[in-house]
Amino acid sequence: MNGDDLRFQRRPDRAALVIALILAGLGGVLLFDAARLADVGGGYSGVGPASAPRVVGIGLVLLAIWTAVEAVLGKFPARPRQDPVPLFWIVGGLAFQLVTLKIAGFSIATGVMFAFTARAFGKRNLAFSIPVGIAASFLVWLVFAQLLMLSLPAGPLEHLFFPGVK
Amino acid sequence: MSSFDFLMQGLGAALDPMLLLYALIGVTLGTMVGVLPGIGPALTVALLLPVTYGLDPAGSLIMFAGIYYGGMYGGSTTSILLNTPGESASIVTALEGNKMARRGRGGPALATAAIGSFVAGLIATLLLAFLAPHVVKLALVFGPRDYFALMVLAFVTVSAAFGDSTLRGLTSLFVGLALACIGIDQLTGQARLAWGVPDLLDGIEVTTLAVAMFAVGEALAIAGNHAGTDDEVIAVKGSVWMNRSDWKRSWVPWLRGTFIGFPIGSMPAGGADIASFLSYSTERKLAKSPGKEEFGHGAIEGVAGPEAANNAAAAGTLVPLLTLGLPTTATAAIMLAGFQQFGLQPGPLLFATNPGLVWSLIASLLIANLMLLVLNLPLIGLWVKLLSIPRPWLYAGILMFATLGTIGANPSAFELGLLLVFGIMGYAMRLFGYPIAPVVVGLILGPMAEQQLRRALSISQGDWTTLFQSGVSATLLALSAIALLLPLVLRAIGRGKALSQFGGDED
Repeated sequence: MNGDDLRFQRRPDRAALVIALILAGLGGVLLFDAARLADVGGGYSGVGPASAPRVVGIGLVLLAIWTAVEAVLGKFPARPRQDPVPLFWIVGGLAFQLVTLKIAGFSIATGVMFAFTARAFGKRNLAFSIPVGIAASFLVWLVFAQLLMLSLPAGPLEHLFFPGVK
Repeated sequence: MSSFDFLMQGLGAALDPMLLLYALIGVTLGTMVGVLPGIGPALTVALLLPVTYGLDPAGSLIMFAGIYYGGMYGGSTTSILLNTPGESASIVTALEGNKMARRGRGGPALATAAIGSFVAGLIATLLLAFLAPHVVKLALVFGPRDYFALMVLAFVTVSAAFGDSTLRGLTSLFVGLALACIGIDQLTGQARLAWGVPDLLDGIEVTTLAVAMFAVGEALAIAGNHAGTDDEVIAVKGSVWMNRSDWKRSWVPWLRGTFIGFPIGSMPAGGADIASFLSYSTERKLAKSPGKEEFGHGAIEGVAGPEAANNAAAAGTLVPLLTLGLPTTATAAIMLAGFQQFGLQPGPLLFATNPGLVWSLIASLLIANLMLLVLNLPLIGLWVKLLSIPRPWLYAGILMFATLGTIGANPSAFELGLLLVFGIMGYAMRLFGYPIAPVVVGLILGPMAEQQLRRALSISQGDWTTLFQSGVSATLLALSAIALLLPLVLRAIGRGKALSQFGGDED
């Protein structure tokens, strides 16, 4: 750790303040929903469906205040520097799979996600890794969808080999 | 009938060829996945849960038990041959084990870990078998308030008692509890926090959350780190067998580790990492020449003890899980989800309604343990090859199986979206030093605690003091308060170092 990091630690930690805000927001959502449920009542125990969300919501708000205090005091541990590019590849790959899963089928959607993840870890040649990914995903689809009867969406590639499957 | 008769019956049932095959598949898969660097037992069981979807409950749970034990064995191989342990419970094994491997004694290190795990697994599983009926008897007199107090204790120990910050542990727990509120209320049928989205009515799946946090979050954390270089795998040279002096130096630590690990695992007092850490420091203190001088440079006692403690604790966590339905680690939380997919609720009632299933499960743990010894010693070279898979393919494969499990459980874009969102959340939590296990435990235990509390209050007609009127629940709540406040005080006066060493982000 160098001098810059130490100075950074002394200042209010902005990222940690954002966490405090998120926690307060989450707590607020729970309390809002609990207020909607409150009139249902809890029968004669006095504890109804709104009680647990209310307790958790109050807890989150208190934790948000505590987090804000620690953020201002700079008590959060130092964070390792992050490289955003690989993160975008992984998130992008997962998002691609999510969007194309129903249309392209398991093998193609997952194969592309596979190649994007490998790209994030340094395998840059997508022309090689996408076919590898699709082939590997197709094998996995064969084992899990055909042998273990898991319902994995089929697409053009799966229909090519197994015309009957859904 | 005594435990012994039940166990014998269970063994008889578990020796069915089909069930043996399931156990064999389970231990093989568990070892395979457990060996992969960066994958601990929690992720191993979460990733492999879908494999068991198609089977009947008995076969599936037996395969699952094999996966659990296999993942524990696999983790020790990783930490000995690669200095990046796959699970926090193995960090201690890496201290001495990796040094031994560097000095060309990787074979004996792996052997003492495997045999120690076997001995500990055997003794601890037998202890589980003999202890379980007694805990069940005790559990039958537990009322709702006692269960609620027990769960509060589990919440505190899993989130706040260990690790380096009470604040961050509690925050993780409350995020898990908040997620647990989503869905239909079990007692009144009211939809909570669903905002009219039908996919949310069933609540958040524990497996989706666990896989997202452990697999996607971990992959993002590793990818985002600048210093992402491959670690060096140390080749196993020479014989994997231990010589006479290795045996002599190993057997006492195995036994000591077992008797340290089992009680810690079976109480809601944290997971296997604490057990292996305690065993390590005990062995270090008690070591005689030549082990005394070797500590820090590869002492076999420092591998034998912690590995035994680690496995004994893993078996120990099955005591509260099977007898009370209480998961005390992330791994146990996922196993509970595995039970629930068949509509089975572990707990005292399961012993009464489905004794055949419970006892063949316990018996198959013994069988799985034996299989693992056979699989691990002669075939170690095969598992070592898995360690040298290049990182891009490894993580691409991990994410493939992570999404496969999610799609297999619920083939909807919504579920994959949750996987992505929770994955990013898991990454952010790692970055800021939040523990992961409390979120998972909070999600599965939250609704159970709520239900018990509401039952208790219905019985007392809304009188909260009922919680302190039973000796059991009053004691448990007092213990929870101590476990919550003591670490705060210790950290405030600067004695918190030892606590943070116990904190792991897995298991």
